[in-house]
Amino acid sequence: METRKTIGKRRFSSLVTLGVFLLLYIPIVSLIVLSFNSARQGVMWTGFTLNWYVRLFSSPDIWRSFMNTVIVALVASTVATIIGTLSAIGIYWYRFKSRKYFQILIYTPLIIPDILMGVSMLIFFAALKVPLGLGTVIIAHITFCISYVTIVVITRLEDFDYSVVEAARDLGARSFQVFVKVIIPIIVPGIVAGFLLSVTLSVDDFVITFFVAGPGATTLPLRIYSMIKFGVSPVINALSTLLIGGTLMTALLARRFRKLIIG
Amino acid sequence: MKDYSVKLSGVTKVFEDEFTAVDKVFLSIEQGEFFSLLGPSGCGKTTILRMIAGFEEPTSGVIFLNGRDISKTPPHKREVNTIFQNYALFPHLTVFENIAFSLRLRKKAEREVKNEVGKMVELSRLFGQENKYPHQLSGGQKQRVAIARALVNKPSVLLLDEPLAALDAKLRQHMLVELDNIHDEVGITFIYVTHDQNEAMSISDHLAVMNEGKIVQKGDPIEVYESPRNAFVANFIGETNFFVGEVAKTEGEYLLLRTTAFGDIWCYMDREVAEGTRIEVSLRPEKVKISKSRPRGDHKLRLNILEGTVDETIYLGNHTKYTVQTRESYMKSFKQHARYLLDEEIIEWKDRVYLWWFADDSYLLQETGGARSDEQK
Ligand SMILES: Nc1ncnc2c1ncn2[C@@H]1O[C@H](COP(=O)(O)OP(=O)(O)OP(=O)(O)O)[C@@H](O)[C@H]1O
Ligand SMILES: [Mg+2]
Repeated sequence: METRKTIGKRRFSSLVTLGVFLLLYIPIVSLIVLSFNSARQGVMWTGFTLNWYVRLFSSPDIWRSFMNTVIVALVASTVATIIGTLSAIGIYWYRFKSRKYFQILIYTPLIIPDILMGVSMLIFFAALKVPLGLGTVIIAHITFCISYVTIVVITRLEDFDYSVVEAARDLGARSFQVFVKVIIPIIVPGIVAGFLLSVTLSVDDFVITFFVAGPGATTLPLRIYSMIKFGVSPVINALSTLLIGGTLMTALLARRFRKLIIG
Repeated sequence: MKDYSVKLSGVTKVFEDEFTAVDKVFLSIEQGEFFSLLGPSGCGKTTILRMIAGFEEPTSGVIFLNGRDISKTPPHKREVNTIFQNYALFPHLTVFENIAFSLRLRKKAEREVKNEVGKMVELSRLFGQENKYPHQLSGGQKQRVAIARALVNKPSVLLLDEPLAALDAKLRQHMLVELDNIHDEVGITFIYVTHDQNEAMSISDHLAVMNEGKIVQKGDPIEVYESPRNAFVANFIGETNFFVGEVAKTEGEYLLLRTTAFGDIWCYMDREVAEGTRIEVSLRPEKVKISKSRPRGDHKLRLNILEGTVDETIYLGNHTKYTVQTRESYMKSFKQHARYLLDEEIIEWKDRVYLWWFADDSYLLQETGGARSDEQK
């Protein structure tokens, strides 16, 4: 039986929930709606249009940034996934002396403020006289993506039963065969999830990229920022809408994939 | 010299330079036998198996497989396969592919793989399960897949680490019989690790009882049960009554044991013991008869008779376990119900009873120390 008091509590908590959701999603929803609004300025609805999307796709600058973002995301995520997976296996399974410190090293990028990461990398590249460009952006993205991949893969390894590895050795598999035929297939959902997470993080990143991107290495977030300096254009809304859509799709894909494998 | 299937010669395993898990173990296991390693948790059974399989390297000592020193051979090159306690099936492969794993490693032709796996499916009765994944199987089925997966490799020795521990009692009995059948069929050596004495007793040709990294006793099940070497074995394999005391006198094949807890007791003397020696004697509870009327004494048979009060009865259907308080101690007696229970004499809690047994039914332990004659229960 429900007393009046618990009903009151329920109403309160659902109100809070509603409030939080509104706060989170009103800006996003209005951004999406405005990207189809024909008004050049302001928030008054003046009619449906795909004009801003047409403008978006016909801007060579935006295309270039889009391609940069795609290249950076794919290359950085691929490299980070490989290194991150190996480091996860190393940290989780092998008992070496410096293991603890290594683990801390891997986790630090997660807690260091982005701005510090960005500045320190800029100083690093400057000291080594590395010319800023797409290469430096990729390196920077790899560094923070590795941490995320490592964590995701370690989570997967945690429910991995090590005796399966011994069983494979027992049945005649050499170390390499164990790796390819047993370890990789079992942790593949973790690896894919780590990769997709890297992609979304890389596509999203503004702060770190801002410091290490040289001329000609403008990614989409940087482009949006520079466009905004000339006033909020509905083209930005259109671009942001696509960005949100893309990220959302990647995240959903990651979920689907995990479900598919884990069953 | 006989060629043993597996031979351990002074094998010792020390972990992290300080903890001796296995201590100078000598074992000779014959070709094709069902051998059990029996011992309490943590006594080093798994460590011995892991050394035979090649997952751990002995700190010292040598392991022979079919007469060849394999101490330094990596696991994938040993003709030994293991059934892991938690099955360790490959979760990403179907039952068929699990069984076919070692065949695929050896790049066998598809036709041969089908053929071999088919045979194993038949042997381990897995018809219709071939396309399922491990998480879709029951415990007993997983167990069978693990067995099939190991046997398809045609090892010369199969190691089983408490394979039935995760199954319920009924299924355990069933799988035990099945294991026995499979052993008969394939004819290779089985080394079976368990801490369940009933399993080990019922299925093994030979067994070794371990404690704290050492082998305490080896032998066939009857030997180990009827002639336990010391109090640890007597206690671990089944239940028992202990008498601790001094030899008061000897008469022919018998000796009179003077105990504080039970008074004087006649025991069969299967080895020479001097008068005045302190010894321990084990007497299995099923050999102790219990009745409400005093049995007629027969001095030639050296019948021992004690009087007491029933302190506890545990009715188990086919037999009842009685704990009887005698003058200063407790004794256990198991009574088989060979007849319809209600036709037998009914013995209940607090009844005055007589316990009696023949001197021939007790056994002198070879090693003393460790036995308590149950001064307190
Ligand atoms: N890798 C290891 N490092 C340190 N100690 C270990 C290691 N493996 C086992 N031990 C220790 O060695 C002893 C024997 O372990 P083992 O696993 O062989 O016991 P067991 O007889 O199989 O016990 P159980 O019946 O519980 O499985 C235990 O005290 C255990 O803590
Ligand atoms: Mg064990």
